[in-house]
Amino acid sequence: MTTTGFEHVELRRGAYADSVALLQVSKDVAAVEGVTAAQVAMATDLNRDVIAQMGFTLPESTPNDMIVAVRLNDESSLPAALEAVDAALTRASRRGDDGASSEIEPPRTTLSAFDRTDAGLALVSVPGASAAVEAADALDAGRDVMIFSDNVPIEHEIALKQLATERGLLVMGPDCGTAVIDGIGLGFANAVRPGPVGIVAASGTGCQQLLCLLDHAGVGISAALGVGGRDLSEAVSALSTREAMRRLDEDASTELIVVVSKPPAAKVAEELREYAATLTTPVQFALLGSGQPDLTSAAEAVLETLGRPVPEWPHHGETAQVDGGRLRGLFVGGTLCDEAMLIAAEAVGDVYSNIPLEPRLELGADRRADGTVMIDFGDDGMTAGRAHPMIDPTLRLEDLARTARDGDASVVLLDVVLGHGAEDDPAGSLAPAISSAVETAKAAGRELAVVVACVGTQDDPQQTGRQAEALAAAGAEVFLSNAQATRRALSLIGAAR
Amino acid sequence: MTSTHRPSDGVVTSGVGLFADALDAQAVAVNRVDWRPPMDGTEDDLAAVATDPLRLDANRRAVEAMTSTQAMVVDVAPASELLGLERGQFLHAGPPLKWENASGPMRGALQGAAALEGLVDDPEDAIALFESGDSVSLEPCHHRSAVGPMAGVVSPSMWMWVLEDQTDGRRTYCTLNEGLGKVLRYGAYSPEVLQRLRWMSDVLGPLLGQAVRATGPIDATGILTQMLQMGDEAHNRNRAGTLMLLRDIAPALAQSGADAKDIAEVFSFVGGNDHFFLNIAMPACKLALDAARGIDGSTMVVAMARNGTEFGIQTAGTGDQWFTGPAQVAEGLYLGDYGPDDANPDIGDSAITETAGIGGFAMATAPAIVRFVGGSVPDALATSRRMREITIGENPRWSIPVLDFMGTPTGIDVSRVCRTGILPQINTGMAGRVAGVGQVGAGLVTPPANIFPAALSALAERTRSRR
Repeated sequence: MTTTGFEHVELRRGAYADSVALLQVSKDVAAVEGVTAAQVAMATDLNRDVIAQMGFTLPESTPNDMIVAVRLNDESSLPAALEAVDAALTRASRRGDDGASSEIEPPRTTLSAFDRTDAGLALVSVPGASAAVEAADALDAGRDVMIFSDNVPIEHEIALKQLATERGLLVMGPDCGTAVIDGIGLGFANAVRPGPVGIVAASGTGCQQLLCLLDHAGVGISAALGVGGRDLSEAVSALSTREAMRRLDEDASTELIVVVSKPPAAKVAEELREYAATLTTPVQFALLGSGQPDLTSAAEAVLETLGRPVPEWPHHGETAQVDGGRLRGLFVGGTLCDEAMLIAAEAVGDVYSNIPLEPRLELGADRRADGTVMIDFGDDGMTAGRAHPMIDPTLRLEDLARTARDGDASVVLLDVVLGHGAEDDPAGSLAPAISSAVETAKAAGRELAVVVACVGTQDDPQQTGRQAEALAAAGAEVFLSNAQATRRALSLIGAAR
Repeated sequence: MTSTHRPSDGVVTSGVGLFADALDAQAVAVNRVDWRPPMDGTEDDLAAVATDPLRLDANRRAVEAMTSTQAMVVDVAPASELLGLERGQFLHAGPPLKWENASGPMRGALQGAAALEGLVDDPEDAIALFESGDSVSLEPCHHRSAVGPMAGVVSPSMWMWVLEDQTDGRRTYCTLNEGLGKVLRYGAYSPEVLQRLRWMSDVLGPLLGQAVRATGPIDATGILTQMLQMGDEAHNRNRAGTLMLLRDIAPALAQSGADAKDIAEVFSFVGGNDHFFLNIAMPACKLALDAARGIDGSTMVVAMARNGTEFGIQTAGTGDQWFTGPAQVAEGLYLGDYGPDDANPDIGDSAITETAGIGGFAMATAPAIVRFVGGSVPDALATSRRMREITIGENPRWSIPVLDFMGTPTGIDVSRVCRTGILPQINTGMAGRVAGVGQVGAGLVTPPANIFPAALSALAERTRSRR
């Protein structure tokens, strides 16, 4: 330990600061230029020893004295050093300016959020691998949960739903795009009126189609509970669907339960029908599949059951006439894509897709085939690491432009899904893209027909009427019914039933 | 829809901000989670544990077992009697350790203890003894229901506090605190250190034992409740607790019939050592946490301990298995000329206080401690709140007045540590790296992050094997 240079030791009688504060003071003073060592401490025996070990010579003192001991390169630094001691002592005795207030950090987990509020539901849209963990927090808090996330491993889903079943809670999802509870739209949901129909949906856009058709017919809903696209698979065996049906059965305002799903496992569908028979509330199934009614027919059947008239479904604009050629469907809604494929398959046979009805019809990486093609841009395989196409339309717009350029198809079928959560103004980007596609085809001496299913209500933030008119003005023919739009597209290529 | 809880009461959102915005636009109260990806590679294990049907109830029971434990000081007696510790047997802090891996302060403390027990005359000669391994053995305090601060070395002649859960007779033990500076637990072994230890065995221990037995069981948990309201966090600040203990045993000490000079020495030793109560706080915490051991499916941490080389944790759901990683060097302030190069990595069983929700977790109740890292009062408040993010519950008995009497964050959840990446914050003293030096500073430290995914993986493995 060096003892060269200039030493200064003083006692400050009656001065006091706690030992922690003095450690900081010593540190601050030691950092002053020209200071090689510094110790400011109460003169306890322990501190005296420490300071003596540093090579200082100490005068007599009592434990109530404060010792200031500094070693300097030379005497000229002393005033600066002592000034630093005073400044540091002042700082140490002063309360921080914002001592009493401290900003509360936001919750880092769903459970932490429930510890802080009485919120009634959790909505999870974190990456799929982490979704079950956040959802389990909601179940721990005794709350239902909606999981929008896709790419959730199926074993996570099964374990989570088993846990929820034990606790009488509802897991909506994973991959649940849509729910409406207490009139509140969760995820992608349309603004609809209250009414007698309770919907259980294993399909987000299927649910939205039903909501919008019923709304147009003047019929509202009590609730729309999503269950996730895999709920009616054999592995998951409809755990959430049963819970959702049970909830709606107990709900006095629900007069009719409608179960909507993409093609379910036959065994699960059979068991659900048996379960439905045990409920007090009548249940109507709208299970998409080969030979089964489409969503529009299902909506019409609901209206008939309720004794309500079936209206004309809206239709805007008129598209260019084409003579044959191929049909290419570009969808953001998985169920709308499924429905279109089922309808098209009856007319044209094989439909190629990234979510094909049969494995042999699976599209390659270039997403092209010599025949009818239907692509679901919202499928897990196309959303890993990027936003859903209802939020980010880039990929679909690129495909539309390429189709027009290459002349791959003469008819393009599109869906536009409105409501809470969806793009503010989908027509704002899609209408110019349609005009441009039509122009591109014309410039190459071809005709390109564009048919759109625009699923929305007048109360949606985007207003379905305004969107449909903008698309029609761009040269598209626009329907509310996806089934009608599909049939129109098929008739354009001369393949109508 | 039929449910007691409805989205109209508010919705908790995690993930895509757009859906929270959409709810805002519908005038629904939204509570947004500041979600971030979990520690690398933990997703599957986290999901397995999250969906374990045993977990919720297991963790509830673990916290309940812990917070309902009443720790009573019932006796003070030598380790040889209490633990059956025999000549040549030494206990140490932290997870299991071999001499060849022991750090400077741990070696220094063992050398001093060997001299104290008369195994060698000069502590320097003990090096050869421990190297040979003949007739000496090392074992963690935790394996004998004990805890030890810093090096935590216990040898047969040392007197220990006995804490008891009087509902089931379970006991935990801890040595008597020697004070600060050059002391055995910081690795010092000079003659004055050994002399003090001898006085502690000859005078302090027997008198304390007599006073405790005459006073009757002393409610350590109750003193902890009070001291937390008096500016102590019970790890680096134990002033109020020490004085309350002294208050409780003073009448019996005065009436002990012992030599007045000895009684006066006991008073000034205890009263002059602000950390004296730490050695009661620690076994009180261990007694509570031990009540939560062996609960299948529980992801709660029941011990955090460091041996100067490694940091180890044990959980309620994984038996006696240790999950260990390299101990870190604390960040803080140094005594005298000492600096970061002089400090030994983290050492001691005293992190049992944080495991029980006090110490660094109760930082808000002892704002002075936060200055160890040049922090501020808001930092202290934020720290206690942040620790709540990784704990299962709050302790209803131990509350923090300045946080509107929020209970101390209780029951560290391995899952939540892995999910948030928030590591338990520990207030600690720093021992010199070199044997014999003693204390060089104090500060804040966290466990090595990798031990939490390791514990999680073992928990997930057990979950899967039950399916």
